[in-house]
This record gives sequence, structure tokens and C-alpha cells, in this order.
Amino acid sequence: MPVIQSKVKTDSADFRKNDEANRGLADGLRDVLERISEGGSERARQKHLSRGKLLPRDRVRRLVDPGSPFLEIGQLAAYGLYDNEVPSAGLIAGIGQVSGIDCVIVANDATVKGGTYYPLTVKKHLRAQEIAEKNGLPCVYLVDSGGAFLPKQDEVFPDRDHFGRIFYNQARMSALGIPQIAAVMGSCTAGGAYVPAMCDEAVIVKNQGTIFLGGPPLVKAATGEIVDAETLGGGNVHSRISGVTDYLADNDVDALERVREIVSNLNWKLDPPLALRESREPAYPADELYGVVSREFRFPYDTREVIARIVDASEFQEFKELYGPTLVCGFAHIFGYPVGIIANNGILFSESAQKGAHFIQLCNRRGIPIVFLQNIVGFMVGKKYEHGGIAKDGAKMVNAVATSTVPRFTVIIGGSFGAGNYAMCGRAYDPRLMWLWPNARISVMGGEQASLVLTTVQRDGKEARGEAWSEKEQKRYATRIRKQYEKQGHPYYASARLWDDGVIDPVDTRRVLGQAISASMNRPRDREGRHGIFRM
Amino acid sequence: MKSILIANRGEIAVRIAKTAKRLGYRTIAVYSAADAAAPQVGMADESILIGPADAADSYLSGTGIIDAAQHSGADMIHPGYGFLSENAAFAQSCSDAGLTFIGPAPRAIELMGDKAAARRRMQKAGVRCIPGYDGDAQSGDALAEAAIEIGYPVMIKAAAGGGGRGMRLVQDPQEFADALRLARAESISAFGSDRLILEKAIQRPRHVEMQIFADQHGNVLHLGERDCSVQRRHQKIIEEAPCPAMTDELRARMAATAIEAAQAISYVGAGTVEFLLDERGEFYFLEMNTRLQVEHPVTEMRTGLDLVEWQIDVARGERLPLAQEQVEFSGHAIEVRLYAEDPAQDFVPVTGRIHLWQEPRGDGVRVDSGIVAQQDVTPWYDPLLAKIVIHGSSRDEAVQRLNKALSRTVLFGPTTNRDFLLRVVNDARFSRGETTTAFIAESAYAVTSSDADTRLIDAAAALLHRDRTEQAMSASVRVAPELLHWSSSGPLSRITRLAERECVHELRVTALACGACEVNGNRVEIVQCDGHTARIRHDRELVEYVYLVRDDRLYIANSSETRSFGLPGRLPMGDVANAGGSVLAPMHGRVAQLCVSKGDTVATGDKLAVLEAMKMQHEIRAHVDGVIATLHCEQGAQIEANSSMLDIKTDPRNKQE
Repeated sequence: MPVIQSKVKTDSADFRKNDEANRGLADGLRDVLERISEGGSERARQKHLSRGKLLPRDRVRRLVDPGSPFLEIGQLAAYGLYDNEVPSAGLIAGIGQVSGIDCVIVANDATVKGGTYYPLTVKKHLRAQEIAEKNGLPCVYLVDSGGAFLPKQDEVFPDRDHFGRIFYNQARMSALGIPQIAAVMGSCTAGGAYVPAMCDEAVIVKNQGTIFLGGPPLVKAATGEIVDAETLGGGNVHSRISGVTDYLADNDVDALERVREIVSNLNWKLDPPLALRESREPAYPADELYGVVSREFRFPYDTREVIARIVDASEFQEFKELYGPTLVCGFAHIFGYPVGIIANNGILFSESAQKGAHFIQLCNRRGIPIVFLQNIVGFMVGKKYEHGGIAKDGAKMVNAVATSTVPRFTVIIGGSFGAGNYAMCGRAYDPRLMWLWPNARISVMGGEQASLVLTTVQRDGKEARGEAWSEKEQKRYATRIRKQYEKQGHPYYASARLWDDGVIDPVDTRRVLGQAISASMNRPRDREGRHGIFRM
Repeated sequence: MKSILIANRGEIAVRIAKTAKRLGYRTIAVYSAADAAAPQVGMADESILIGPADAADSYLSGTGIIDAAQHSGADMIHPGYGFLSENAAFAQSCSDAGLTFIGPAPRAIELMGDKAAARRRMQKAGVRCIPGYDGDAQSGDALAEAAIEIGYPVMIKAAAGGGGRGMRLVQDPQEFADALRLARAESISAFGSDRLILEKAIQRPRHVEMQIFADQHGNVLHLGERDCSVQRRHQKIIEEAPCPAMTDELRARMAATAIEAAQAISYVGAGTVEFLLDERGEFYFLEMNTRLQVEHPVTEMRTGLDLVEWQIDVARGERLPLAQEQVEFSGHAIEVRLYAEDPAQDFVPVTGRIHLWQEPRGDGVRVDSGIVAQQDVTPWYDPLLAKIVIHGSSRDEAVQRLNKALSRTVLFGPTTNRDFLLRVVNDARFSRGETTTAFIAESAYAVTSSDADTRLIDAAAALLHRDRTEQAMSASVRVAPELLHWSSSGPLSRITRLAERECVHELRVTALACGACEVNGNRVEIVQCDGHTARIRHDRELVEYVYLVRDDRLYIANSSETRSFGLPGRLPMGDVANAGGSVLAPMHGRVAQLCVSKGDTVATGDKLAVLEAMKMQHEIRAHVDGVIATLHCEQGAQIEANSSMLDIKTDPRNKQE
């Protein structure tokens, strides 16, 4: 297969400047993630440890196979929200290998507000379940939570995608044959009691895990019965009397060991219907990505330079290289898995959109997973292009994306604006997983354009009403709009709201994709369905 | 004569078989049910099962062994040491059955076997004995009076004894009665006789013994002395020759005395005359062993002779092949005994499966062992595993070689005294040859490891992590090397717990990008790992380890320490549920019978109560060892399902790691 020949000059001033800027962003990301990883306050953590419990991250690490990779999901959830007091939304989620099988792991962090569910905690839990369902991954819930965060009950309880959806998902996944396993390692109160109860198999830690619909205070208020937590719903009660749990564990480590045993008996066999190859590292080092990627959107660069640093041996069979060159399409391998790569290399034109639609059909027919590398300002605008039917050509690509059934993965490596986001498999198009680079920006349009558009609309309105609008005020208005777009388009802002599955260091892109593709092989594709009507 | 039956087990059976085979004899091994996998079985030309594990019905059963000999057509019986080797009746039965007993005549065995009689006989022959009492009056008062006459401190010994059992040192007349009672009880249980003798205790003496050999033609010679002063619990653990305190003049006197002793009883075969040598150079007759000694290889290494060969030849009526002046001695030899025992627990014998056994090799190193990997060390027999015998041109060279050999000796499974032996060998007093029989008791520090090496624990955690990773990866679907130890959210660290006796080491292992890892912040790099051997770099130093993970246990050794760690895995659920010792009623019923009362000690499996339900009688049995702390029901009472019937207080020391 042809190898991408890099044309980047690593000793150029441009490369150096890019490198400096992008490394700065990656370092900043690492610092933020490190802080978030600590979980709750020092006091809360010490209290947790003093009860003989493992910290939630240690639970996860103890659960997964030693040495196996762990792909965390939504680590930045609730970043900058709720007074910044709920790191990772109080929930650790990710894909990790347990007894040789990729599982979705959801672990409450009891050091953060007692592990209670904020609105974003619910959203994150549901997203983790969605990933499990879409990829056919067994779910392991490490439960240690006080249930819904009551002050925000209107945002966590009543709606469709609220707390109750967790158990709805469990039931449906169980029905689909996706194993649901829980280890009760702390509280599991009220609605939370259904997590283990809805599971296929459940473990509980003695003198530590409790499950009840109503805790001792509620019981006393309701019936006057005075009972302590362990007697009401402790490990012995549920393993011996109620039968809510199936295995009684002595401590955290023991419980995690039991979960590993349960997973080892799932009779789980993977048989990816893909022609796998031996994995080979790219021909160019990943950390050159820092120098390759422009420090500003205004400076274009060749997206093949990114592909060369992600795919096996930098080999890339490019499709229609000479046609619609602003969209680069081609076949490659990542960790030996065949993939189709679709990467922006400028504004989308009709030809590039048609080419994209064609290529998606190829992948879909062949069962090849697709990786979208998004760096798109949008579709071309203007009379010539509207007349040329760019809307219907863009629609073809959007249609192809929406109706393809192979695993799709999206990485926003630069801008993600407007309809380009749709055609390039944005969140609304259900990529199996989706990430942002720290330099990414995501919004309906760029801040500059938005301030221009909005200022124009505003001014026209005022003029029509005969109102005056001073130059100074116009400027202030424009600045406000631009700043708002910049803030809301920032990757941390996006990830905090779970519009994606995380912000990743560019050098990790290959590994992240590899782990994700590997996990997706638990449900490699759905039956090849029909595409919608392509408007010709 | 063409075949020899070896009426013994372990290293000595293997050792005898080697010589017998070399000399062209057919060898017949015997074994008990507990020894079916022991090396003596595979080593011999033929092996015969002679009985159950209990030695009384196997290795000590004279008739069983004679039956085996006759059945297999053996001509000779070599008894080894211990068991029937000093049993005059057995020696007699052999000759009655027409079999040649490789050892002295029954009369000599009998005479030397009774310590009191032996003393009297030796005194008569003019051999100096330790002042003592060996009279027939055996009442407590008579013995107490005799003790005062001898003068304290005194040693109480079983008249029929040997091997340290039934021996008690008494410093003060007030302790005498208690010591006497214990010594008597031990004597009865070990030798079936309550007859005791008293001896004046010689403080801080050396234990020096003279190897003699006599043939049936009246020739007697000596093969030099052995110093066996390094003892624990009155049992030898290190023996060497020559004795560091020996002079030519002293050796000549001691040898002459030993030869006289042998001649006085017309002794034939290999024998050892034991003496105590005091600080002034005076020596006293202790006892004579009428068999091959455990430590005979020390003499073989110095003289180049094969004592078993001599024994066989002498038994066949041949003359000693050498005259006294033809016996040549060269260099220095030291033997250490590797035991399955725990020096930290007062040398209590330890049992269990041997998972790994690496014998040392090298110039001047001989290993006599009777063990193989996967063999069980059972509680039925002596816990001796192997003898490491070293020869050097000088004592310093021998000590140096011994040090090296011991540091390369690895046994994983039951605890051994290897580390302890290393500490003794490295003791300055041992290096200077200044050991007395009091040496070990005076060196309490040598019993426990002084400062535990934390690097060894770091290495254990790193190796375990590596093993577990390999295991996980081999079981997993497909993980590319680039993805190993990678996480999208920072370095992966993992808590590993290693349990050791009462303490649990909590270790955080963090894999580093370069392939090394950090254990609790200390950098550990596995440079090479090949089977059970690993070379690990700690900071700048490279250390070699041997390790093994087996049955939820990790064994690891460096050149001076052997340790094993429990790997807390999952507990049996019954243990988890019942850890508190609470016994619950399995169903609703009537307590038909309550078999225990508060304060009773119960063992796992003991019947506690009978519950009558649905016309069936259900026996409730103890699930743990402990003491009945509380009874929650009484006989005849109705009891609900899952309600607590009684609580057993468990002994925390028995708690599983």
C-alpha cells in the first residue's frame, strides 16, 4: 500500500511555533485532567479510605486487567459547572478490559457529594450505557451513591432521559444479551437500589454495601420502625434473606475479584468480521502532530500529515485523490483493523460532498469502520454554489452518514462549524465515540462570522424601526457575541456538557481510536440498511 | 551378594543408593504411603510400599521391612540413620532372617543405646565421662538429690534418648521438678521409656565427635573429628572438620580414646564417639552412635573416602582398605543442614508442598538431598530437606564457598532455615571458628531477619504485576503492544497487596512509559526475566531474584532472603458470610439437641446442635475453629430460619490472610 510522504519541515519556524502552541494546550489539558482525577476533597477522600474502601479510580484499576488500556469517557463532565464542585460529574466511566473482555465500567465517586446524581451525572451514566449498547459491551456498575441529588430533582427525575432511564436501559440491554453486572460497594438508596436489582448478577460488600428503597431515616419517618442500615439492607441481608444480591464479598478487592470471575464466565467470544492485519506503528512519530497542526484555523495545512501519524505504517490508499480534493478519503489500518478515513482538507464543495457520500457507501457495503477527522468551516456559500445544488450534494453526504451502519468514530481536530459538523458525523449522527482535540472549536458558525451576521441582522432591524445604533454600541455588541461564541465553542465547554466523549491529547489519537475500534468489535455492525433517497 | 534393601527415606536413602549402584548392587527402596513421590522411589531399581505414612507402621516396622527384603530377594539391609539404625532387636531379626545388617552387632547397639549402660561401660574402660547419675533409683527425690550432688547446672536426659529429645538443662534446683516432669514425659513419648540420667552441664562447650571405623578382623581406625557445635534445640545444623579448636596433640588423645571405646566393646562398622570439649581443652565422653551419622559427608569430603562403601565392605567381612597412616586429610569441610522449619517460630517444623528447588552448584560443593519439586513435606518425618557440603583448601575458602552456595540455594514452598544459616555463616564468631553449643542461643538476633529489605517487596510487586499483565494479555482478545499500560486518563497505577504474617504491604504499582514501573514511588526496572529468575534494577543497583507465583502465593528470594507473600484473592463465600463466627439456623425448626456450652472450644466440623425440621434431623456443625462465645437458643426451643443460634469467637491468629 502507498505510504504517505510527509512534506512537513520539522526544522521550520512555522513547525516550531505550532509545536509550542499545541504542546501548551496538551499540557494544559493534562493539568486539568490530573486535578479532576483526584475526585472529591482531601477530607472526603480520607473519610472514604478510613472506611476501608478503595478510591473509585483504584477500584476501576483493580477491576481491569493489569496492563490493559483504559479509555475514559466524559472525564471533563461538569467541568466549570455546579460551582466546579463535581469533578467528572461524580462518576467515572470508561471502557476497560475485564478478564480479557472489553466492558463499560461505571463507578460512582462517593467522595464527590456522596456520589449523588446531578443532571450531568445522569447524562453521563446514560451516555456510558448508550456506548455499551451501541458497541455491545457488558456493563459493570461499581455502585456507591446516595441516589439523585435532591435539590435538583426537577432536572434529574421526571424527564425521559433522566434517572429512570438508567434502569430502562439495563432492562433493555439485558434483553439484548448485554450482561449487566453490579458490585454494591457503598450506598445504593432509593432508585439506586434498582441498579443491582436490575442486574444479571450482583455482588455486595459485607458491612459496607447497602441496598434499600428507603433508608433508616425514611423508614422511621414512614412507619416508625427503628432499624440500622446493615440490618435493613446490608450484604448479609441481601445475600441470604432477600436475594437481591448473588455474591457476598469481604471487601472492595474481594468484590472486584468476584466481578472479574463473573465476567470470565460470560461465555463471551469475539469474532470480528474484518480482515485483520498485523499492527504496525506509523512511519512518523505521533508527537510531530503538535508541529503539524496549525496554531490558528486561518493557516491551512495538509490533513494527510495527520493521517500519516495515526494509521498503521502511514499507509493510505487514497480514493479519488484528484476529485473534490477538499475532502480526503481513503483506506488504511489502525492497530490492524481496516478503516475508512474521511478528513477535511478545506471547505466542502459539491464534488467533495459527493465523493464523501460515495466513499461512505463503499465502507458501509464492505463493513469497514469509518473514522472522521473533522476540521471544517462549512460548505461553500454563494450564488454559484447554491445554483450548483450544494444543498442537495451536502444532503447526500449527510444522508449517507446518517444511514450507514458500520462503526463510526469522530475526532474534531480543528473547527467544527455549521452543516460541516453534520456531514462529518457530529454528535447528532451517533458516532460510536467522539472526541475533541484541545485546539478544537465547535459552534454553529465561527465567532467572527456570528458577530458579523448578528450585528447585521440587529442593525437592519433597528434601521427598519428607525432606531439609532451608535458605532460604539455596534462594536460592543459584536464583541459580546464573538466572546460568547469563543467561550461556548471551547472544547472544555463542550466536553463539560457531554457534547462529546472527551478531550484528548493529539498524540493519543491513534491509541484512542484503536481501543475504540477494538471495543466496537463486540458489535461490529448492524445489518446493512437502506440509505434514504439521494436527491439527484 | 547382589542386592541391598535401603530401610530408610529422604536424602540418606538416595545417598546410600548412589554408592550401592556404583558398586554394582541391585538397590531396593522402601517407602510409606506418604512418600510415593519421594526421590528414593524412582532412584532405586525396585521400590516396595511398606505401609502407611505413620513411621511406626512403615519405616519403624522391623517385620514389614524384613518381609519386604525377603520378598524382593535382598541380601543386605542398610538402615541409614534414625528409624531402625540403632535398634538391636531389628539387627538381630535381620541376622535371624539370614539378611546381612549393615551395621554393628546387636550387642554393641544395645550397649551404646542405653546411655546409662554406655557410661558405665566407658568409665570401666577408663574413658572420662561427664560427672552424672545413672542409677536405678528414678524417683523425683532421688534424682533431685543426685543433681545436688553433681552440682548445678545439670542436664536431664532420657536414658534411651538421642537427637535432643527428652533433654532439659536445669540451672537452678527450684526448676528441677518441672524440668524432670517434662523430660520424663518426652522420654516416654519418644522412646517408650521413663528412665532418665543426669549429667553435669558443661557450659559453652564444643561438641566434637570422632569418626571411627572397625572391621570384623579387629582393625580399628579413626577418620578424624567433626565439630558439631552449632546446634539449635540440641540438634546439629552445621558440622565441620577439622575442629577449629583442635590441636594435633588433642586430636591424638581424642582419637585414641575413641578407638579404645570401640575396642572395649569389640565394635564393628562405622561409629561415632561424641565428646564435649570444654574451654580448657578437657573432653568428656558423651555417647557413641552406632551408625552412619547425618554429617558423615564432612569426613568424606576431607578424606575422599566413601563411608557407605566401607560399611558395605565391612559388613561383607572385608578388611578395612586402609591403615591409619594411609588415611589422608585435606583442606576443610563444612556441612549445613537445610530444614523445613521456621527459625522465627522457635524452629518449629513446617510442612507443605515444595514448589521450586534449586540446588547450588560450584567448586567444592556437594548436595545430598532427598527432595524434588512438587513433593510434599509431610509432618510424619524429620524435616531435613538437604545437606549442603562444602570443601575448601582452607577454612576461609570453605566458608566463602558455603556462603556463595547458600545464597544460590532456593526452596519455595515450606519455610526453610536457609536465610538463618546464611546469617549464622556470616556471623563474625562463626568466621573466626569460635562457636560453642551455646552459640545459637546466645545469638538471638540471628533468628529473625534484622532489617527487611524493602527492595525485595518492590521487586515482588513489580514481578507480580508483570506476571498478571502477561496472564491477562494472553487471555484477552487483542491488545497491541502500543496499548499496553496505556490509559486515556493519565498513568495507570494499581494497588497490589502482599500479605506477610500479620502485616499487609500495600503497594502502588505504576507502569512507566519506558517499560519500567514505580512501586510506591521507587523506580523498579525488570531488566531480564527468564523463567523463575529475574534481574531487576533498583535505581542503579542490579539485583538477581528467583521468584514463583503459585497457589495464591508469591515466593521470592535474593541472595540472602527468602520470603513468601499471600496474594489476597477472593475468599470462600462461606468464610465471608460467617467470618464473625455466627452460626445461623438453616431453616425453621426445633433445637432437638444442643451439643455445646458457652466456653467450649470447637474445631471446624464439630457437631454443635441438631435441628429438627420437617421430620428431618439436621446436624449443625462448626464452620470455624474457636470458642463458643454466646448461645442464642436452648434445647427444645423453636428457632427461626436465619436467626443466630450461637456465636463462635474465632482465634484471630488463625485468620486467613
